[in-house]
Amino acid sequence: MSRKRRRLYLLLLCGLGLGSATALSLSAFQDNLVFFRSPSDIMQEAPAPDRAFRLGGLVETGSVQRETTPDGRPEARFRVTDGASTIPVTYTGVLPDLFREGQGVVTLGKLGPDGVFRATEVLARHDENYMPPEVADALKRSGHWNPDQGAPPPASSWNTLTPTPAVGAAPPGGRSGS
Amino acid sequence: MIPELGHFALALALALSLAQAVFGLWGAQRAEPRLMAATAPLAIGTLIATGTAFACLMWSFAVNDTTVSAVVQNSHSAKPMLYKLTGTWGNHEGSMVLWVLILALCGGAVAGFGRKLPSTLQARVLAVLALVAVGFLAFILGTSDPFLRVWPPPMDGQGLNPILQDPGLAFHPPLLYLGYVGFSVTFAFAIAALIEGRVDAAWGRWVRPWALAAWSFLTLGIALGSWWAYYELGWGGYWFWDPVENASLLPWLAGCALLHSAIVVEKREALKTWTVFLALLAFGLSLLGTFLVRSGVLNSVHAFANDPARGVFILFLLMVYVGGGFALFAWRAAAMAPTGVFAPLSREGALVLNNLLLCSIAAVVLVGTLYPMFADLILKQKISVGPPFFNSATLPLVVPLIGAMALGPVLPWKRARLWPALQRLWWAALGALAALLLCLALEGQQIGPALGFAAAAWLILGAVADIADRIALFSRPRAALARARGLPRAAWGGAIAHAGLGVMMLGLAGMGLATDRLALLQPGQSASLAGYDYRLDSVQDVAGPNFSARRATVTVTRNGRDVVVLTPERRSFPVGRMTTTEAAIHTTWLSDLYVVLGDERDGGAVLRIHHNPLAPWIWFGAAIMALGGGISLSDRRIRVSAPAAKLARGEVTA
Repeated sequence: MSRKRRRLYLLLLCGLGLGSATALSLSAFQDNLVFFRSPSDIMQEAPAPDRAFRLGGLVETGSVQRETTPDGRPEARFRVTDGASTIPVTYTGVLPDLFREGQGVVTLGKLGPDGVFRATEVLARHDENYMPPEVADALKRSGHWNPDQGAPPPASSWNTLTPTPAVGAAPPGGRSGS
Repeated sequence: MIPELGHFALALALALSLAQAVFGLWGAQRAEPRLMAATAPLAIGTLIATGTAFACLMWSFAVNDTTVSAVVQNSHSAKPMLYKLTGTWGNHEGSMVLWVLILALCGGAVAGFGRKLPSTLQARVLAVLALVAVGFLAFILGTSDPFLRVWPPPMDGQGLNPILQDPGLAFHPPLLYLGYVGFSVTFAFAIAALIEGRVDAAWGRWVRPWALAAWSFLTLGIALGSWWAYYELGWGGYWFWDPVENASLLPWLAGCALLHSAIVVEKREALKTWTVFLALLAFGLSLLGTFLVRSGVLNSVHAFANDPARGVFILFLLMVYVGGGFALFAWRAAAMAPTGVFAPLSREGALVLNNLLLCSIAAVVLVGTLYPMFADLILKQKISVGPPFFNSATLPLVVPLIGAMALGPVLPWKRARLWPALQRLWWAALGALAALLLCLALEGQQIGPALGFAAAAWLILGAVADIADRIALFSRPRAALARARGLPRAAWGGAIAHAGLGVMMLGLAGMGLATDRLALLQPGQSASLAGYDYRLDSVQDVAGPNFSARRATVTVTRNGRDVVVLTPERRSFPVGRMTTTEAAIHTTWLSDLYVVLGDERDGGAVLRIHHNPLAPWIWFGAAIMALGGGISLSDRRIRVSAPAAKLARGEVTA
């Protein structure tokens, strides 16, 4: 085989590899991208019922109830808020160590037809001062917290706060959550 | 005083590295033997200076010197000594010093072991290594000075993240860094080859051991990290496709491709340009991993700091080194003419396929890892890409890769016929089919695990078939033992590493059959899972050295007979006010019994119980892979390096 032909073959193979990688990525993206939604987003536009997404916000103070399902599995009910809207959540499983009322949380699951979010995963796995960047973003968008002015207000007061548009609140980059 | 000494040593290392880079590049260009000869002692000097700086930092942590900012932020006097010492690299500044120390170690090794190298090549390699060191030393001194003092000193430090207070911290970062930074040597060889415009078998013989060593360390480091996550995070999983994990997997994939294509360069003098490209890619992905983990772009237990200046600096270094490397590649690659020719169906062809598939997997993982970041920056969308994406996108590429893995080693070089090769592997194929059917029969419609068991059987039996064929075990069994002794260690190493992946597949397939259940138990009640009964005896308070804990005592029985008593804990650390979960694990080698203590209520406790079949074999398989790399590394051909090349260029350099 001549050098030119071999180089052609190699280039073809590389194209094949890249092509298959792209095709696989795109087809997997179609089904498996997980979007982040804040409670206000869900209130504005309900997501498709069979599509998993991540819901994040603060765990509303006083909302956590721990129960036991009839078959003996522990279940937790709580509400996730971004100040403007609130979504009830149920989760069957062991809540993470750092799950607390008034703290930021990100949950993965699907929204039921009754408007209750059924979480399959609850993520709150950093130190207690940690605010997930998505949650910080959701709070800023709902106009309840300007991160430049320090820690978020206590979550118990959130539902009574009047939303004010956060003028110029978002610094460039916007990832000052932690 | 000691911290100032460390700071001075770091600055000294920067100066020495700068001199090493200039002398090496300029001396090699001008063929100035005295300048070139200075690079090796300078590399040793850099190593001593960096080692001193590291020792000074460790000393500050050991004596809990609260005038040092890094100690204040990351240590505490109540910590056990082991975690004070390992805490040296359990933070941003210290881990970067460790990074540079390992880089200096690599430089020292090239200076020490590389005496037989052609002196221009050695000088250039050392110069490129020094250039990398200059960048990272400047990064440390400019943006993350580990010896920064605070005044007045606080009473005590703020403590180390409790998740990191584990023996795993002693091994996981150093091993991982040995892997990451080891690819800097292959990178330096690639740059030197591009400058010289030549790549020959001797070059391949030099690059291969470095790629092998870096790959073996990286394998161990990743496996250790995965094992650590498995027992420490208490989720019962071993791989989460977290961006930080992917950041270490990417250089592993590229390095794996590199060490295979280096074989072709060494044996057949083909695929030269491609090998140089892979060497650049492997180090580029290592740097990308460092950037992702250290810049604070990602939020995880690995991201210690969120200082934008650091992220920008590492991004700048990444662009300089990777961009510079690839620009040089684009300019000079055409100068390297290939000599060896081969048919598509041959061992070279199989290695090309291996490279192609590994690089495609790396591309998929890279896209999945970086896409959320770009979506956030450009589209302002918060998106996450989870395990379902990676599983469905990589599986179609992994299947042919594993299929070719057993076939490749039995193909002859240059030109092969498929049928004789398949004949040698028929019983491996039969074994794989048997494993597939057996799993389907026993476990029902579980396609994933069944495929995993088939892959495991195919790889392990394929490796055995390869060795049996080479020593003619069946055709001439009498001389087989002598032939086995005469077989090059590289052949043994390759077969063992391939079998190691098979062992790992065994564990992965077993974990595909894992089951778990949640139970709220009162003391005395029990729950059963997979034939075992878990009885909660009691939950008590216990005190640790720097934490207090709630400890559950769980007696595990099987058919009424006692198996083991497990004691999962929930620890709370007063310093930093954190809680961690300590899973209790009992392994029977056939499965792991894994119990996590959840919250307590109504006088009882929530237990999460996992039954993880064959779980330990995942990490055991990875250790076998690394062992295979080590055996390959001890091959005589690699130790006795390139005498021919030295003779050929001896008169020029003398």
